[in-house]
Amino acid sequence: MAAYILKRLISAIPVLFGITLIVFLIMAMIPGDPATAILGAYATPENVAKINKDLGLDAPLFQRYFIWLGNMLTGDFGRSYSLNRPVLDEILERFNATLILAGTSFVLCALFGILAGVISAARQYGWADKAITFTVLIGISIPSFFLGMVMILVFAVRLRWFPVSGMYAIYGGGDLPDLLNHLVMPAIALAAVATGVVARMSRSAMLEVLRQDYIRTARAKGVNERKVVLGHALKSAMVTIIPVLGIQAGFVLSGAVYIEMVFQWPGIGRMLVDAILKRDILLVQGGVVFVAACYVLFNIIVDVAQSLLDPRIKS
Amino acid sequence: MIQFLKLLFRNRLAALGAVTLSFTLLLAVLTPILPLPNPNITATADRFLPPFSDGHLLGTDHLGRDLFSRLMWGTRLSLAVGAAAALIAAFIGSTIGIVAGFMGGRTDNIIMRLVDMLMAFPYILLALAIVAALGPGLVNALFAVAAVNIPFFARNIRGVTVGLANKEFVDAARLSGMSNLQIILFEILPNVLPVIVIAMSTTVGWMILETAGLSFLGLGSQPPQADLGSMLGEARAALITSPHTSIVPGIMIFLIVMSINLLGDGVRDAIDPRLKSGALSRPLPATIVERDTTPPAPSDDLLALQDLRTEFHVGDRTYKAVGGVSLKVNKGECLGIIGESGSGKSVTALSVMGLVASPPGKIVGGAVSFQGNDLVGASYDQLRELRGDRVAYIFQDPLSTLHPLYKVGDQLIEAMQAHRKMPEKEARARAVELLEAVRIPNAARRVDNYPHEMSGGMRQRVSIAMALANEPDVIIADEPTTALDVTVQAQILTLLDELRRERDLAIVFITHDFGVVAQLCDRVAVMYAGRIVEEGPTAPILDDPQHPYTKKLMACVPELGGGKRELHAIPGLPPAVDRLPQGCAFAPRCEFAQEVCKQGEITLDANGDRAVRCLFPDKVSQTEVTS
Repeated sequence: MAAYILKRLISAIPVLFGITLIVFLIMAMIPGDPATAILGAYATPENVAKINKDLGLDAPLFQRYFIWLGNMLTGDFGRSYSLNRPVLDEILERFNATLILAGTSFVLCALFGILAGVISAARQYGWADKAITFTVLIGISIPSFFLGMVMILVFAVRLRWFPVSGMYAIYGGGDLPDLLNHLVMPAIALAAVATGVVARMSRSAMLEVLRQDYIRTARAKGVNERKVVLGHALKSAMVTIIPVLGIQAGFVLSGAVYIEMVFQWPGIGRMLVDAILKRDILLVQGGVVFVAACYVLFNIIVDVAQSLLDPRIKS
Repeated sequence: MIQFLKLLFRNRLAALGAVTLSFTLLLAVLTPILPLPNPNITATADRFLPPFSDGHLLGTDHLGRDLFSRLMWGTRLSLAVGAAAALIAAFIGSTIGIVAGFMGGRTDNIIMRLVDMLMAFPYILLALAIVAALGPGLVNALFAVAAVNIPFFARNIRGVTVGLANKEFVDAARLSGMSNLQIILFEILPNVLPVIVIAMSTTVGWMILETAGLSFLGLGSQPPQADLGSMLGEARAALITSPHTSIVPGIMIFLIVMSINLLGDGVRDAIDPRLKSGALSRPLPATIVERDTTPPAPSDDLLALQDLRTEFHVGDRTYKAVGGVSLKVNKGECLGIIGESGSGKSVTALSVMGLVASPPGKIVGGAVSFQGNDLVGASYDQLRELRGDRVAYIFQDPLSTLHPLYKVGDQLIEAMQAHRKMPEKEARARAVELLEAVRIPNAARRVDNYPHEMSGGMRQRVSIAMALANEPDVIIADEPTTALDVTVQAQILTLLDELRRERDLAIVFITHDFGVVAQLCDRVAVMYAGRIVEEGPTAPILDDPQHPYTKKLMACVPELGGGKRELHAIPGLPPAVDRLPQGCAFAPRCEFAQEVCKQGEITLDANGDRAVRCLFPDKVSQTEVTS
């Protein structure tokens, strides 16, 4: 097992390098120069040259890439010029908020998605199956940002169950119940589409597995139906479901952008949108690389989980 | 194509999606000629008018612009942008995929590495990075969304192309002197095109949603031009005071995406042939029972099938897989059921414990009497208690009948614990004992193997051990040796025979091999087209078969040391059990058949301890097999 984890970790290294390279090259396509963006249109040539020198922009492209990469490896992501603080500090602070939101949504989508899929398959063509299929169809068709807005109107403005936006109350907040209270709506809005996708895939995976010969064997042994469905069938179905969960994790992590905008959640997505509008390139670069790297690492966890489940993978 | 459309529109939801989408498309196309106010004329005095105001069907927005007009123009723009993104992604992605798949080798390797790299990004993030570089704007957002979808197309199309690149027609084209470009354009592309179209139809909804999303964030269309996303984004500021300005474009996006999803699902279902026959339904825990006659009184035998009838209902067809079978087996006895594939022998065996896949299977008549109780009428809980405990099964091909993700020991332990409480340690010791009983060497270590770590013979021993786990009264073995090679087969048969004598087991042994019957069974029943055609003690039947089918079936078995002898295949095929002929089902393939054989019901006539379903048994037994 340790060998397998090590192998996956090593194979992630070129992917991580690739990610930094792709991000760097995309950013290098930027028309105009950042110095002008910082100083405004009336900057003197001397000042532009000075800024370029300060930011290391006078070096050739590949040299700049390696300087940036080397700095990142030592934990120096550069300095954001719109916020005038180290990029990494800002990222870590914001990522914390995103992780709370996206992590909660991921747990929700995995839990309810699989549950709904299993019920749907076990009660195929029954009323529960029909109700779930219908809900799932709506769930995967509604844009998350619109769902968030509707939820604000109904549950915050009309019913006053939850606060309209933010992560903590401005006065007297800051504790866990306050956080949870603020988290409910954005987490559900972000999880909706992913839950629908997971439910769909789980349903079809379960239906596929329930037709297998070894399910008949389990029944022929006299194993009770609950164990047949939740043990034998679900275990096999998880082999199909886990990779879907991996993809949904990426979806939830990056889809948090919309939800953070709608609910004024101080996460990394909102930071990125602000940075893009202000053309704060180092912040965008750093943020994108950081989130993508986290996703790559998460996928290793997914692979390891998969290999724990299915003994046929390692051999 | 017409059949495909028929199938598509029989799905009511897909039809609903198609109608909604066509209507939306039509409106979008007609928008410029509809009598709509200019969507960009502001009127600050008329800000935030509610829906159904004078002259403004859906009200006005924060600048007093007519919401209905803006909705129409916005929909038009969103659809156009989404479709354009899909086309660009499909074009570039498919080109990359075709080149990679066709060239193969190093080109393929490098391209696919890059594609994998791009797929390592959470994809909205990549779109954000691209917009960050190009700057906010609708065209840039379009490019970003198209770009992040390129890897999806590249990967799918490459897969299809790789399959095609090695086909004969490509080699033929190459030999005829066509250049690579010509081959790609005239040979590969026409075959890949349907896949591209399907991939587009499943992604265009996402692309509309994603461009709307970027516009919503303020990174897409810039004012005054507005697609649905930026309408929603602008309206967000007034969400609480004038919700209609948000809800109108929001619902529109929802409707578009949902109709595309419905249609896409319909297309997928119509293409997937497994769904056509309704095969993707899951079997219930016990076979459905709908008996149309009163069941016979239970018998004194240990296990007796009494005029059992099992059918499969698929669409409007009825397959009579088991058409009135009566059999019995007692302690220490081995009964063979023999017949060709499709003769109904397996379904007969599965009917005993209600294990016939249902739907579409259904037990429609007769009874299964076990120790004086009718199992067909039994509740699921009663059946479950008996399954594996008193009546156990051994199935064919243990690679698919053992669970691939559980250790064989755990599967044995589960078989025991399903019926009695047993401490883990004791159960494990018993599992090792069972493996030893079926002569698995090194049982203490093997107990921790997964099925894929064992050979076919070992796996079959495991399933026999599993059947023995609760010391049942009856074992039903459904072709347990068919998937094994001859030496292993002999070992398994000997093992079963020993176990029967040691434990006084009743065995029902299903096979298509008379050699196996001769070796193992006391009595044998020959099945054809769902019915028993001959039954009796093994030796007399082997000596003097009275049904022509039995005779032919025996002639199919090569005899070792029997000298050179012609082997006979039975000409023709067994009849389909959904349209059985009148009279004898074997008549069309029988050399003795006469007109009377094709009329009326032919009964299974007892003669001493034997029975045969034939009008001319004497004729059969006197004739040597010819043909």
